[in-house]
Amino acid sequence: MTVIQNKPDNPIAHLSAEDIETIGRELDAIRERVVASRGERDAAYIRRVISTQRKLEIGSRVVLLFSLFPPAWIVGTAGLTVAKILENMEVGHNVLHGQWDWMRDPKIHSTTWEWDHVSPAEQWKHSHNELHHTYTNVLGKDNDLGYGIMRVDEDQRWHPFHLGQPLWNFINACFFEYGIAAYDLELGRNLRKGRHKKPEFRARARAVGRKIRRQVLKDYIVHPLLSGPSFLHTLAATFTANLLRNLWSHSVIMCGHFPEGVETFSRRSIEGETRGEWYLRQMLGSANISGSRLMHIMTGNLSFQIEHHLFPDLPSNRYQEIAPEVRALFDRYGLKYTTGSLPRQVFSAWKKVVRLSLPNRKAPRRVDDRPAPALAASGV
Amino acid sequence: MTTTVPNPSGKAALRGRILRLAASVTTPLLPDDYLDMVAPLRSGADLRGRILAVRPETADAATLVIRPGRDWRGHTPGQYVRLGVDVDGVRQWRAYSVTSAPARRGAPISVTVKAIPDGVVSNHLVRRTRPGTLVQLDQAQGDFVLPGRPPARVLFVTAGSGVTPVMGMLRAGAPGDADVVVVHSAPTPADVIFGAELRDLAARGAIRLVERHTDTDGLLTVADLDRLVPDHLDRETWACGPLGLLDALEAHWTAAGHGDRLHTERFRPTVISPGEGGTVTFARSGVTVDADGATPLLDAGENAGVLMPSGCRMGICFGCVLPLRQGAVRDLRNGELTTAVPGDGVRIQTCVSAAAGPCDIDH
Repeated sequence: MTVIQNKPDNPIAHLSAEDIETIGRELDAIRERVVASRGERDAAYIRRVISTQRKLEIGSRVVLLFSLFPPAWIVGTAGLTVAKILENMEVGHNVLHGQWDWMRDPKIHSTTWEWDHVSPAEQWKHSHNELHHTYTNVLGKDNDLGYGIMRVDEDQRWHPFHLGQPLWNFINACFFEYGIAAYDLELGRNLRKGRHKKPEFRARARAVGRKIRRQVLKDYIVHPLLSGPSFLHTLAATFTANLLRNLWSHSVIMCGHFPEGVETFSRRSIEGETRGEWYLRQMLGSANISGSRLMHIMTGNLSFQIEHHLFPDLPSNRYQEIAPEVRALFDRYGLKYTTGSLPRQVFSAWKKVVRLSLPNRKAPRRVDDRPAPALAASGV
Repeated sequence: MTTTVPNPSGKAALRGRILRLAASVTTPLLPDDYLDMVAPLRSGADLRGRILAVRPETADAATLVIRPGRDWRGHTPGQYVRLGVDVDGVRQWRAYSVTSAPARRGAPISVTVKAIPDGVVSNHLVRRTRPGTLVQLDQAQGDFVLPGRPPARVLFVTAGSGVTPVMGMLRAGAPGDADVVVVHSAPTPADVIFGAELRDLAARGAIRLVERHTDTDGLLTVADLDRLVPDHLDRETWACGPLGLLDALEAHWTAAGHGDRLHTERFRPTVISPGEGGTVTFARSGVTVDADGATPLLDAGENAGVLMPSGCRMGICFGCVLPLRQGAVRDLRNGELTTAVPGDGVRIQTCVSAAAGPCDIDH
C-alpha cells in the first residue's frame, strides 16, 4: 500500500486487510461517540476562547498605545503575541476546519470566518482542508511535505537547491504567514508554468493582495499612528508579535508531519484506498507533541495532530479526551504512536531538514516500479 | 433668509469613512464583533433580546419576558417573532406569537411557549431557560392580525397554545367594542394558558368565553360550533390550533361560501408519508448528503454543517428559500412535487421541502 512497505522495517507488515478495516470501524465508532455528545460544554469552550482572545488583543493593543515606555512595550508585545497565536491556532485553524459549524452560529462558522493571516480563509481552506488533509503525506500530492521548497523524505529527488534548505526553512518560519499565502496560491508552480496570466490565478492573487494590504495597514500603519509618539515602538512591537507568532506556528506545524518516525506514502499507494487505509495513513503520517493543557491550547490542539488528522472536523477540545483511546488502538495493533516534547520534536524535524539538504547515501528507492504488497493483499 | 441644510451625502460619506477606519483597526474582525461583547442590544447590532424573566403559566407552558434590542420595530397583536435559542450548543430557530400588547420603544415583550412532547426548543425554553440569557430575534411578522377597522362581530377559535396570538390581540384591547366570542379548547381547566385572565375578561363582559375541556368534553368539532356559537359563520373569525381543527374549520367555512372570513395561523407543516429521498448537493458549499424523503432539506443541510438560511421552519416566512438548480423535491405539507431542470431557476422553501430524487441546490 505504501512507500513504507518497501522499507526494511515495514511498520504495517503484520496487519491484514481485515485488521485495517477493523481499525477504521473502531475509529468511526470513536468519531460517532464524540459527534453524539457535542453540546453546551463545547460551545461554551470555543466562546470562552474567542472572548479571551479578543479581550487579550484589545488589552494588548491599548497597552501598546504607550509602547514608548519599555514595560508597556514588553507587556503589550507579549500579550499581542499570545493573542495572535490563539487567533491563528485554537480559533482560526479550527473554525476554518468546520469544527464548530454544528453550532449553527453564523458568527463562528467556517463559511464566514476570516482570520488574522495574510492568506484569505477561502484559499487556505482549499489548500489545507481539501488538499493537505486528503492527501496527507503522499509524495507529490501533499505540498505540505516541504512546502514545495524542501526535501523532507529520502524518496524525494535531491537537487543542489536543497543544500540551502535549512536557510529557506528558517526564512519561511519567520514569514510563515506569507509562505502559507504563497503556498495556497501555488505561486512557484503557477509562475513556473506561466499560469500567472490566467484570470483565475490573477483573481486569487488579487484577493491575497487585498488581504495583505488590510493586514499591513492595521499592524504597521493604523495602530502605530494611533499610538502617536509611540509610533515606531508600536510598529516594532507588532512586527515582533507577528514574527514570534510565525515562528511558533511554524514550529508546531513542523512537528505535525516532519519528525522522525512519521511515514510518507507514494502516489500510487492511494489509488482505490479504503476508508480503513485512509485512516491508517493519517495515523502513521502524523506526530503529536506532549505537554500541558496550556501548551495544547497554544498549539490549537495540533499537539494532537494524530487525532486531528483522523477527525479534522471534531471540536479541538475533544482531541485530548479521545487521545488515550486512539493511543490504545495504536498499541493494540502494534503501530507506532509518534509523540514527544516540543523541543524534542522541533529538533527532530530540523535534523531531518538538515540531513536531507544533502543527497542520500543510497539512491532513493524506485518504489513505484514495484507492485505494492498490501494492495494485492487487500484485493484492491 | 436662507439656511444651509446639512448635506446628507456629505454626512453619509463621513460616516462611511469613519466606519472604514474603524474596520481597518479591527480587521479581519469588524468593530461590531467587539461591540457585541459589551452591548449586544445596541442599535445597529444584529437583533437580539435578553430574557428578563420566565413565568410559569401552566404545568407545561411558560411566558418569557424579553427585552429586545434597540432596533426592535414593535409588533402588531397576533404577529409572531422568530427566536434563535442555543440548545445544547446548537442554535435553533422557532417562531412564537407575541403575547404582550404593543408598548413604547424599549419596553419588554413577551412570548408564551408550551412544551410539546420531544420538543427540543420548547422544553428548553419552558424548563431550563434562565433570566439573563441572550436570544437571537427577528422582527415581528405574520398577517394573522386584526384589520385596522375591527369588524363588529368577532370569533376566535383556539386550542392549546393556539390561544397565544389571540391573547396578544385581547391584551391590546382589541377588537374595540366588537362583540367577541372566544372558543378555547384545552385538556383540562388547569391546562388553559392564561385561564384566569380569560375568565376575568369574560366576567367583566369584554368577551364571551366558551371553554372546552377535551378530557371531559371530547375534541371540539365543527358541529359543536353550531350549538356553541350559532352565528359563527357570520363572524369574522381567527383560528389557531392543531392542524386537524384548522383543516376542518377551513372546509366548513369554505363549504358555507364564507372562506374569506376565516383567518388561520398554522404553526407546523403537515408531514405526509415519506417520499423516496435522494442525494442532495449544496453546490457552493461543496457538500453532498443523502437525505431521506421525510427530512426537510434545511435540516439535511444543517446536519451536514452547511450554514443554511432559515426562517420560521414551518413554511410561512420564506427566509429559507434557495434556488433548486436541478432535481425534484416534495412539499412535506401537501406532497406536491416540484421539479427543476437547468435554467428553470426554481426557488424552493427548504424547511418544508424534502428530496424526491437527486437535488442540486445553489448554495
